[in-house]
Amino acid sequence: MIPLSLLPPALLLVVGFCAVLAGRRGALSHALGAAGATGASLIGLGITIAALRNARWETVSLPWNTSIGASFSIGFDPLSGFFLLPIYGLSAVCAVFGFGSLRHGSRERSLGSSWLFFCVLAASMALVVLARNAVLFLVAWEIMSLSSWLLVAHEHEREEVRQAGITYLVATQIGTAFLLVMFLILGAAGSAGAPAASPAGQEQGAVLDFARFAAGSGTGIGAVSGIVFVLSLVGFGTKAGIVPLHVWLPEAHPAAPSHVSALMSGVMIKTGIYGILRVLTFLGAPVAWWGWTLVAVGAVSGIVGVLFALAQHDIKRLLAYHSVENIGIICLGLGVGLLGVSYNAPVVAVLGFAGGLLHVLNHAIFKGLLFLGAGAATHATGTREMDRLGGLLRRMPLTGLGFLVGAAAISGLPPLNGFVSELLIFLGAFHGFALPGIPLAVSGAVVIGALALIGGLAAACFTKAFGITFLGEPRAPEAAKAVEAGVSLVAPVLFLAAACAAIGLAGPYALSLIAPVVGVLAGLEPGAAAGLVGPARAGLQSVVLAAVWVAALSGAMALVRVLLQRGRAVIQSGTWDCGYVKPDARMQYTSSSFAQPLTGMFGTLLRTTRRWRPIEEPFPKEASFASETPDLFAQRFFRPVFKGAGAALSRMAWLQHGRLQLYVLYLAAALLAVLVWRLS
Amino acid sequence: MGTAGISVLQLALSLVLAPLVPGIANRVKAVVAGRRGQPLLQAYHDIAKLLLKGSVYSRTTTWVFRAGPALGCAAAMVALAVLPWGADASLLSFEGDLILFAGLFGLMRFLTILSALDTGSAFEGMGASREAWFSALAEPALLLALASLAGKAQSLSLAAVLAGPGIGGGRGAAVLLAAGAVFIVFLSENARIPVDDPATHLELTMIHEVMVLDHSGVDLAYIQYGSTLKLWALGGLIVGILRPRTGQWMADCAIGLGGMLCVGIATGALESFIARLRLARVPQLLVAGGAMAALALALSLVR
Repeated sequence: MIPLSLLPPALLLVVGFCAVLAGRRGALSHALGAAGATGASLIGLGITIAALRNARWETVSLPWNTSIGASFSIGFDPLSGFFLLPIYGLSAVCAVFGFGSLRHGSRERSLGSSWLFFCVLAASMALVVLARNAVLFLVAWEIMSLSSWLLVAHEHEREEVRQAGITYLVATQIGTAFLLVMFLILGAAGSAGAPAASPAGQEQGAVLDFARFAAGSGTGIGAVSGIVFVLSLVGFGTKAGIVPLHVWLPEAHPAAPSHVSALMSGVMIKTGIYGILRVLTFLGAPVAWWGWTLVAVGAVSGIVGVLFALAQHDIKRLLAYHSVENIGIICLGLGVGLLGVSYNAPVVAVLGFAGGLLHVLNHAIFKGLLFLGAGAATHATGTREMDRLGGLLRRMPLTGLGFLVGAAAISGLPPLNGFVSELLIFLGAFHGFALPGIPLAVSGAVVIGALALIGGLAAACFTKAFGITFLGEPRAPEAAKAVEAGVSLVAPVLFLAAACAAIGLAGPYALSLIAPVVGVLAGLEPGAAAGLVGPARAGLQSVVLAAVWVAALSGAMALVRVLLQRGRAVIQSGTWDCGYVKPDARMQYTSSSFAQPLTGMFGTLLRTTRRWRPIEEPFPKEASFASETPDLFAQRFFRPVFKGAGAALSRMAWLQHGRLQLYVLYLAAALLAVLVWRLS
Repeated sequence: MGTAGISVLQLALSLVLAPLVPGIANRVKAVVAGRRGQPLLQAYHDIAKLLLKGSVYSRTTTWVFRAGPALGCAAAMVALAVLPWGADASLLSFEGDLILFAGLFGLMRFLTILSALDTGSAFEGMGASREAWFSALAEPALLLALASLAGKAQSLSLAAVLAGPGIGGGRGAAVLLAAGAVFIVFLSENARIPVDDPATHLELTMIHEVMVLDHSGVDLAYIQYGSTLKLWALGGLIVGILRPRTGQWMADCAIGLGGMLCVGIATGALESFIARLRLARVPQLLVAGGAMAALALALSLVR
């Protein structure tokens, strides 16, 4: 009766409450929370993989409050299963990291509540992708948003953390408001269209069941499908972080503890992508402008995200902007897929969806890796400021190795996983370009240009992130004193790095793994998608071959170097500095100076503010320089809007005077008004 | 001779002859300037000499610095295995191999930049910053140019893209524009005038050369060989775009070699007659390359 897919979320909840109940003794609740969260997530991962391999799909519907259209409907299909993989996988890895990184605080405060929120977040994310009823979905969605908000506000004694928390809370609530309206429209359209479409006498289920929406897709929804699409794009896009709704990401991710940032950026924002895809399955055949919208949103998010990332010198803020960029790449892929469907080009559709979906998984892995690596570095040095770091690879060799793999993967370099998904999107766009028909060709050209620009800029950004943080000499004493993090911090980083390489080298296999999901999205017969990705599969095999060749050749060349250097002088010396007598670590390029040419080029968009005290005398006493790149959309759009709204609403402040009697009167008056309205 | 045999032969020819092209360019520059110039085989001499030298490593550097040259050179070799010569496919040919071609050079550049940052030198940091800047702008130009040709060829593998009739076909304008865009990328990526000056001796003005200031011995030999391979690969791409096809592999080979000779001569001539651009103007050149590629794309849409 109770579906197996509900077991892991239930286990997670039990673990969370146990951690709180053990809260008196900090160390016990900490260990219990971490071990339990890891174990429950791994069980979830195992169940999901087993169900995906055996194609064991299930839907279970339990009655709930039918008067508001709710039912406790749970479903497990290829799409849900695909999103459950990163949810459970990254939850387990992040719990291990949290065990190491939170430990130093376990004497000062009870970590039980933190683990409760972590477990609730993981469980609610799983429930979001399992829910098959709008009410249940929204409840899970809100629990997910609130638990992640509580996790962001973990260090709430710091002012900037509280500010970030409020920004996130407001953003997520506004997003949910759009979703509420969207589901109401879907429910209305579904109940108008479904009865005609389904055989009479059959149990209909609750009004807000997803099955109803899907059944009504052909009939009732047609007229409003465009509105529903836009509402879902805004509502889910706020969670996913598309431009210009991304403003909460660069605030919330740096404020949260690193294992939480990794989980939020790696998988939580992907539930927004899941939401868009799930809603698309209700809407029937896509209209071309939906695909165009996604392509435009993806191109803008990708380019704006990577440009703002380039301008940051706080490493976690930089990574947060890269999430915006990668959501953009995912949207590009999905947009290509939608256009392929609507212009009846199955190859384009399959490749676009496959690339977009695979990028969801890949981004979860490498962004989780990068946030955890940055977290380990922050943990060791006590600063997120890249311009105070440097030389960490010598001091933290394993963390550095992991971060390097993540940086190469996110830059889309062969043969790592980022290259595989971007290659698929490129292929989709190229196919669209090569096929006859102007619209597909134009979209293909736009996607190719945008992806190429994003790729070049991302490589610039991640050579900066890795090079400035981990290479060179330490720029400040805290970086010089850093030591390698403990095993519970290093192991997750290395595990995710191995996953990046594994998916890159098992690209052909990963492609056949996601083919069923892609087939569902592209509206193809089961098995048709696997045939269409055949050439791409062969291509990925050649990429693996190329990787093997590169590895073999470079190995041989390294060997030749060893042989040639034998018996010759191999000397250690200082860095050649063109004859300068007293070099200093502060002469190195910094993150800001490394990116300056590019950020200067796009200065009109970035609007970096600089404050400095120049050197004026021949024997300078003091000089300073500071630059900051605040978010353009937060500064120029949301701040004035919220300021205006605040000013307008403060006129209503006379209603709120603190007299309890009058508040009770408001309640009574409101009840009376409702009563009169319903009776009349 | 089988197709695979021809591909292997062509790859071997590329690997052996690549260091000759900078020699040709230098000889042209010398002749134009009225000098006798260095020997044609100077690059071979340099590489051989460096291979037999000891090495100096900075105490700041890590394994990244040591791994970079060998990995980057290997990536360039494999990229040459992706690039086809004649009508025959290359060794690593598949639908979408042109993205692997670009990606391998991306990997090479990533490693070069990180090796430079690994030294902690202000000069090398500056070079790395400029390399990242220019290459970020060159990437769209290259891929858009290739996309325009792929649209014409109705295929995504370099073998088909480059198997077109060259400028002899009906759509000469789009092909010429794409070749022009790739030529700008070629100049920028290979650190040639007007983007960078391979002969400069002032660290402040170098881009590519300044990134390898700290490399020595075998590592420097790998880097120099790798950069000649990159020159050959991107030059070969231009030749492939413009050349006609005969269908006979020997004739194709001869045309390919002749084309590379022309690339060397053209590079040398260009370096003799124009000056280097001011640094701030280089992005304009690259954006112009991107615009040419976009125009080629728009032209190839009309069909």
